[in-house]
Amino acid sequence: MVQKLDMLQETPSQTAGPYVHIGLMPSYTGNGGIYDEEIGVSPIAAGARGEIIEIVGSVCDGTGWALRDALLESWQADAAGIFPGQEGADPGVSGHCRFAADAVSGEFTLRTVKPGPVLHRSGGRQAPHISLWIVARGINIGLQTRIYFEDEDNSADPLLARIEQRPRVETLIAKKLGPGQYRFDIRLQGAGETVFLDL
Amino acid sequence: MTDLGPLIPRNRAIHPVPYDPDYKTSVARSPNLPLLSMESGPSEETGPVFGHGRIGALDNNLILNWTKGAAPAVGERILMHGHVLDETARPVRNTLLEIWQANAGGRYRHKKDSYLAPLDPNFGGCGRTLTDENGYYQFLTVRPGAYPWPNRGNDWRPMHIHVSVYGHSFGQRLITQMYFEGDPLIAHCPIAHTIKSHGQLDRLVAPLDLAHSRPLDFLAYKFDIVLRGRRQTMFENKLEGM
Ligand SMILES: [Fe+3]
Repeated sequence: MVQKLDMLQETPSQTAGPYVHIGLMPSYTGNGGIYDEEIGVSPIAAGARGEIIEIVGSVCDGTGWALRDALLESWQADAAGIFPGQEGADPGVSGHCRFAADAVSGEFTLRTVKPGPVLHRSGGRQAPHISLWIVARGINIGLQTRIYFEDEDNSADPLLARIEQRPRVETLIAKKLGPGQYRFDIRLQGAGETVFLDL
Repeated sequence: MTDLGPLIPRNRAIHPVPYDPDYKTSVARSPNLPLLSMESGPSEETGPVFGHGRIGALDNNLILNWTKGAAPAVGERILMHGHVLDETARPVRNTLLEIWQANAGGRYRHKKDSYLAPLDPNFGGCGRTLTDENGYYQFLTVRPGAYPWPNRGNDWRPMHIHVSVYGHSFGQRLITQMYFEGDPLIAHCPIAHTIKSHGQLDRLVAPLDLAHSRPLDFLAYKFDIVLRGRRQTMFENKLEGM
């Protein structure tokens, strides 16, 4: 016999289901007004420092069909690479946003400030990125991934360096469409499958 | 000095399998390739903070929040309550919990839900609250009805409440569902059974908690939630390039 470890186990996940927006984005389903203020409406407030950018994209399944019911959340640092809540963080950046694939087109839009490079515990520097968390009907545990940027130096990023199949790095890099405009498509399965993370 | 270190890696074995042919929608929506595993960093160890100022007095009362207290929702009145802890058994304080559910007849207030059961004009179907200093939370609601859904020929969801939790870091983010003790539909539900261990599925089944029920008012169901914990870093070696 050995001593007990006294650790608890994480609660198992379940799919967010088709009606996740009722709970997390009530206005999106026409149920607005139930709360005075909804959560994650925008990751930035007026006066946020840095470059305002817009990222459009879609979440496609293994057949290439864009999900109409996906809900995404983003989390990011401010333009100086400091996370909200950390010392010196930009008060104009809440860093957190909820956004949904459009019910007709499947396209989403994230309007935010471009994050700066983030210092790692080890002192290393991660290239600017936005963390994403994706839930929908048929996704049994939320999928984590990251948006990096085509016009940044991603060469020394420790996470991108860990991707063995180099062409897959491209799945994490938003393509620049124009000034402040990017496109980032997520592929859940099959050809061009996005690199999903377990961090 | 001890400090909060990286998140304890997720034990994927306790979670549902991503691909499960019995839950048809998961077939084309589950990644084929392995996840990229790595130690967490600041992007996962920090997370949004929600102040008490944003939570209204009726936000955790689904019986009254849709009508702002004007008229109560129809159904069996229940208290859903419990603690949010992390894997090291520490309470997760001041963290946001959000729930959503069907009404007592099994119908969601959603334009894509066309089930025969009627909408309840007094029921919206969502609520939210922050845990207290002990990680404790409460919701007053009505017991949701079971409902049919298009999957195999005759699939029904057991009574359930959807639950979303943040914790204190984005890497702890979790969505799950609470089921009710004694519901015979749990055994037949392909979504519940995406969790392959019966012992793990049982952890999502809330027991009837008579001790916390209020006579002549509501029954209580207890649902504790455990989020990922953090390692202590008293002896932390820095790995080159990590
Ligand atoms: Fe449901």
